[in-house]
Amino acid sequence: MVPLWMYLLVAAAMFSIGVYGVLARRNAVAILMSVELMLSAVNINLIAFWRYMAPENMAGQAFAAFVFVVAAAEAAVGLAIIISIYRSRRSVVVEDVNLLKG
Amino acid sequence: MDLNALINDPNFLPWLIPVGPLLAFLIITLLTNRSKLIPATSEEYGGHHPDYDGMSVPVVTTRSRIVSITVGLSGIIAAWLISWQVVARATSLAHLGEEVFHSAVVWMNTGVSTFNMGVLVDPLTVPLLFMVPFACLMIFIYSIGYMAHDPRQSRFFSLIALFAGAMLTLVVADNLLLLFVGWEIMGLCSFMLIGFWFEKPSAYKAAIKAFTTTRVADVIMLLGIAYLYASTGTLSFREIMYNPAPGAEIVAVEGGSEAIVSEAEGEEGAIVEGEHEGEEGEEGYSSVHAETLAERLANTPALLIPGMSAASLIGIFLIIGTIGKSAQFPLHVWLPDAMEGPTPVSAMIHAAAMVSAGVYAVIRMYPLFAAGGDPHHGIFTPPLLVMAVVGAFTAIFAATIAVTQNDVKKVLAYSTISQLGFMVAALGIGGFVAAAFHLITHAFFKALLFMASGAVIHGMEHGEHHVHAHGHDEAEEHSHDSHGATVVTSHAHDAHDAHDEHGHAHDDHGHEEHAPHFDPQDMRNMGGLRKTMPVTFITFLIGGLSLAGFPLITAGFWSKDEILAEAWAGTTHGYGPHALVFVLLAIAAFLTAFYTMRQIGMTFWGEARTEEAKHANLGRGIVSFTMTLPLVLLSFFAITAGFIGVPSDFPLFGAIFSPEYNAFHHLVGAALIAESPAVPFNIFPVLVSFAVALGGIGLGYLMYWRKPLQAGEVDPLVSILGPVYPVLQNKYYFDELYTALFVKPSQWFAKNVAYEFIDRGVIDGFLHLLARVFTWIGDFLKVMNLWLIDGVGDGIPELMAKSGISFRRLQSGRVQTYMLLLAIAALVIALVFALSTGVLQAAP
Repeated sequence: MVPLWMYLLVAAAMFSIGVYGVLARRNAVAILMSVELMLSAVNINLIAFWRYMAPENMAGQAFAAFVFVVAAAEAAVGLAIIISIYRSRRSVVVEDVNLLKG
Repeated sequence: MDLNALINDPNFLPWLIPVGPLLAFLIITLLTNRSKLIPATSEEYGGHHPDYDGMSVPVVTTRSRIVSITVGLSGIIAAWLISWQVVARATSLAHLGEEVFHSAVVWMNTGVSTFNMGVLVDPLTVPLLFMVPFACLMIFIYSIGYMAHDPRQSRFFSLIALFAGAMLTLVVADNLLLLFVGWEIMGLCSFMLIGFWFEKPSAYKAAIKAFTTTRVADVIMLLGIAYLYASTGTLSFREIMYNPAPGAEIVAVEGGSEAIVSEAEGEEGAIVEGEHEGEEGEEGYSSVHAETLAERLANTPALLIPGMSAASLIGIFLIIGTIGKSAQFPLHVWLPDAMEGPTPVSAMIHAAAMVSAGVYAVIRMYPLFAAGGDPHHGIFTPPLLVMAVVGAFTAIFAATIAVTQNDVKKVLAYSTISQLGFMVAALGIGGFVAAAFHLITHAFFKALLFMASGAVIHGMEHGEHHVHAHGHDEAEEHSHDSHGATVVTSHAHDAHDAHDEHGHAHDDHGHEEHAPHFDPQDMRNMGGLRKTMPVTFITFLIGGLSLAGFPLITAGFWSKDEILAEAWAGTTHGYGPHALVFVLLAIAAFLTAFYTMRQIGMTFWGEARTEEAKHANLGRGIVSFTMTLPLVLLSFFAITAGFIGVPSDFPLFGAIFSPEYNAFHHLVGAALIAESPAVPFNIFPVLVSFAVALGGIGLGYLMYWRKPLQAGEVDPLVSILGPVYPVLQNKYYFDELYTALFVKPSQWFAKNVAYEFIDRGVIDGFLHLLARVFTWIGDFLKVMNLWLIDGVGDGIPELMAKSGISFRRLQSGRVQTYMLLLAIAALVIALVFALSTGVLQAAP
């Protein structure tokens, strides 16, 4: 059986890639995708801990399901915002979206 | 207590005597002093002062005038009625001296003793209660006319009511402190009334002079009172002088039977409300004599001064108070200047109140002065000697000055000083009954004389307006430069048309401003006034004859004769002070008669020496009525007041007026335990009285009546007296002497020491030093403020601003930067967490 630390390693790698994407990418769509990547990493963690530590408890699976829902909603809202920004500014680069900057 | 019974209680009634005038004072002061502002040039203001040109001056409203007159008159009438009621009851008692009206309340509880305040009507009070309210009432009535056009009339009435109230308080006081209270209120009132026309510099200077002079005396008197209280623990007259001292042994003096009585009887005088004193005092007073506090004091040595008893020292202190108040030498200088006040005030001060108060106080405390001595047997205590010498000297000293004065009021002023000298001298030789008698008769005729002279002045001013109003156009033009004359002149114009009585400005207001200097008080400007002012002339003549001591029919004769008889009785026994008093007073009486005749002659006799005098009159109407009525009433008493004190062994007159006993002597003499024996009749002093009175009158007649002074003629005295005349005219240069001795040094002291050194140097120096220290402290604090407080205050915001500037770089607005920081922070936290919990080491 695959040991727990392997899952955790995968999850950590995915999370780190996500963090890097959020911090480094200028494209808003890429940032959104990176966020999704981080959420997926968290989900892997959740499921792995559930399976290995407390399989009798449904809370881990339920929590993962909630994260999917939130991630889907977030992606929908985020993409909608990005589209509307693109429509008004013709760009999805985050540096260009500085209208509220003091 | 039932009100009716209270009012009928003779012990309580005296409380009410001063209430009327004092209440009138309060009401007038608080409610009826309403003034309106009018231009100073207005006729209504009466030409007060040129300095007020172009200003508005307050003039009391007509309604306030009427109310103040009504209230003042009601107050004094109430006092008069109650007083005479008390007098009537007191004289109907057979032994008032033993059963005095007395009531007192506890005023102050000092812990070990109580201080009682109360009223006392004893035989000494009765004659004053007869005279004072009546004279005050006359003065009030007179003032209605005299002050009718004064812009501050209601103030006048309030002050004079206070004056009367204070005098009545003094008269009925049962202790020295209450007497002193009345005494001082009178001092204040006299200050304000002498300076009533304060627009005149001479008036306010006179007021200050009177106040400071009497203050000198009063302070010493207060010292005497304090000493008395300290050594006896009481100031009540009866406790000190009449009741046996606490714990005293009662010893028989006139061959009495028992020698020692229990102490309890000695306490019978302890004062309880409304107590009749001396119920069991009959034998205590007449046959058995217990040591009184006064006598005990006479056996106590005085503080500091060896060879003098405490009673003597206290007595001398108190006498100095009297010397100030009754204007005796050397503190007499204030009284002639007090003539600057309105004439009713002069009458008030010189007759009814103030100066009588001094003599009255001495008569009150007489047993204390005489304690340890017996002037009737030639044993004089120091206070008595002082009084005899000062009084006799003052009597003759002031009389000589009066001879040469030309101001109608100044003659009377010096005459007052002289007559008070008679009284003080009489007291000094033990004749306190004679002194009280002269006090009463003098009050009547001197009040009369002052008011009559006020009428003369008023009449002269009237004549002056008349003269100005008619004819002299150029004179009128000439006088236009001074405001006073302008108003008076224009005033007199319509006044003359509209029946005279409006035509008065005030007697001596502003006469100094008149361009051709005319003094309505100068007797040289008068003459012949008998024709235009007959009532004033006759009353003045009556008063003058009484003052001169015209034999047999005038009051002045009887009282003066009694003093001389008293002095002569002592002289026959070979007592020096008596002889001195007798000789000096006889000469003074001669001078009195002479200057009185000179005054009347110059004023009323002969022909008018000026146009003004020719037209002098009081006019008609209410003014002249209210001014002459008191003269007539007082002249009645100026004649008859003497008949109550006729010695019963005087030939013929004694049989008529004193068939059984000398009424006055019987009454007043009973006041004291050591009854003053009536002097047996002796023809010599009577002859002397006759001689000096008639001689003086005769000489005056020869010089001023038979050959009256003509206009422009110099007083014959000038050539007769030669070089003495200017000395007398200038009052022995006492004013100059005092100016040089006291006024100038104190002014020098005030300027150089008090002002330059103490005020400017020490006090200002200290203050400036203080100011400098504080400025320095202030400067230091200012620096501290700038450096420390501002440094902190400014530094904190500056720091904030700077940190803001440096931190704002973090606030780039880039979400990714924030995220990076967040990630770093998370990493760091995770690292720290891992290191501290050891998770890292545990990892496989």
